[in-house]
Amino acid sequence: MNRERLKEAVAEILPGVDAVIAYGQGFDAAHGEPCFVTKKEELEGLILNPLCEHNLASYLPSRKNKKTGVVVKGCDSRTIVQFLQEGLVKRENLVIIGVPCTGVVSAKKLARALDHQTVEEVRFEGETVIARTPRGEKRIALADVSPDKCRTCRYPTPLIYDVLVGEPIESDKDPAAVYDDVRELMGKSLEERKAYWEKEIGRCTRCYACRNACPLCVCQDSCIAETRDPHWQSQRSNLSEKMMFHFIHAIHLAGRCTECGECERACPMDIPLGKLKKKINMDMLDLFDYVPGIVCEDKPPLYTFKVEEKKIEEHEL
Amino acid sequence: MSDVTANKELRIVGFLCNWCSYGGADTAGVGRFKQPTDLRIIRVPCSGRVDPLLVAKAFANGADGVLVSGCHPRDCHYSEGNYYARRRLEMLKRFLPFIGIDEKRFHYTWISASEGQRWQKTVTDFTKRIHELGPAGKAVLDPADKAVEEMAS
Repeated sequence: MNRERLKEAVAEILPGVDAVIAYGQGFDAAHGEPCFVTKKEELEGLILNPLCEHNLASYLPSRKNKKTGVVVKGCDSRTIVQFLQEGLVKRENLVIIGVPCTGVVSAKKLARALDHQTVEEVRFEGETVIARTPRGEKRIALADVSPDKCRTCRYPTPLIYDVLVGEPIESDKDPAAVYDDVRELMGKSLEERKAYWEKEIGRCTRCYACRNACPLCVCQDSCIAETRDPHWQSQRSNLSEKMMFHFIHAIHLAGRCTECGECERACPMDIPLGKLKKKINMDMLDLFDYVPGIVCEDKPPLYTFKVEEKKIEEHEL
Repeated sequence: MSDVTANKELRIVGFLCNWCSYGGADTAGVGRFKQPTDLRIIRVPCSGRVDPLLVAKAFANGADGVLVSGCHPRDCHYSEGNYYARRRLEMLKRFLPFIGIDEKRFHYTWISASEGQRWQKTVTDFTKRIHELGPAGKAVLDPADKAVEEMAS
């Protein structure tokens, strides 16, 4: 991750676009944040390091017809591919700066590793995060504070880009291990799974942060979780309403979720929301041999059908 | 009827397409075939209308079983509604057990308007299965919600 080269790339495309969406320093040393660059003077504020956790592609559908530059990591680039599959953005309106990525830091996990102390400075040395707090300096392995998605990342290099900042990286992760967490939970009994989700989703405050952060939740203010007609969800705060909300989110992402991890990043209650979507993705792979956000010409499996479905058999009673 | 229906009735929701399965249920009725009465039928224009969330909402609101039935593949009144339905419902059937709902409580099938016997068999077998599984049980309430319920009672 080379910040100087990124600045050059952004400076080069800046005259031809309305804005470039990149990363800037957040409110403290341990956070990055999205940053819209429109002027050359703003280039100094850019950062490029493992604090660049967010998926900046999320902004693209709302940019409408404004020509936009965007900085994406491998995982984020899959979101753009998915947008193109669904016709949510136009390729000619995008200038994509790809950044090969070796893993990011989850701000939540880092805060926990530092016992929620004030962070004065964060440095990166290879695979180590060095954070200074009032209690002194602490060295943490990047892998210990990276989001779950990084542990099984198969696409460290963006799948679609106009400019690549850095050299392409091959994934060293086992493709068969991507859905290990889902399989582990499926290995448990029905009662255990029920108890697991009751405990996890029971914490949900229905703040809708997961939905708002989700790049593929494009309905946003027209979300059926908030409409009064039809009235899918009441304002009552019980488990079945919470479950229903996450059901809506997962089903609406069926065969579309690119596993960018934004829902988990945004969740203030630390609910493993990605797992719900991963389970459906695992089935989509098994049933239709489809992985979201890989090939622009693909069609999401639930947007289409085959007269003869090879893998779907009739269920007997 | 068998002793299956001697127990207390359970709540089973059936989404039937207007053109085939609803007709099939009607055929069974006209033919005076005996059927269990646990099933509440909701007529929909096409099995393609059955949003997986309708099934989820039924379970969330306390259904003990949900049955979806449409025209046989190649027979859809709208040519292809049931093909889309097949993919969605299969996805749903695999997703339900992940969040702790027994996939046996959900069944989807294809029944034509002339298959009154097949309808009778499906609804009898499915009702039997749900009775064997018993009531689905109520979702746990939040403490705040529990207090409201207690005040109301």
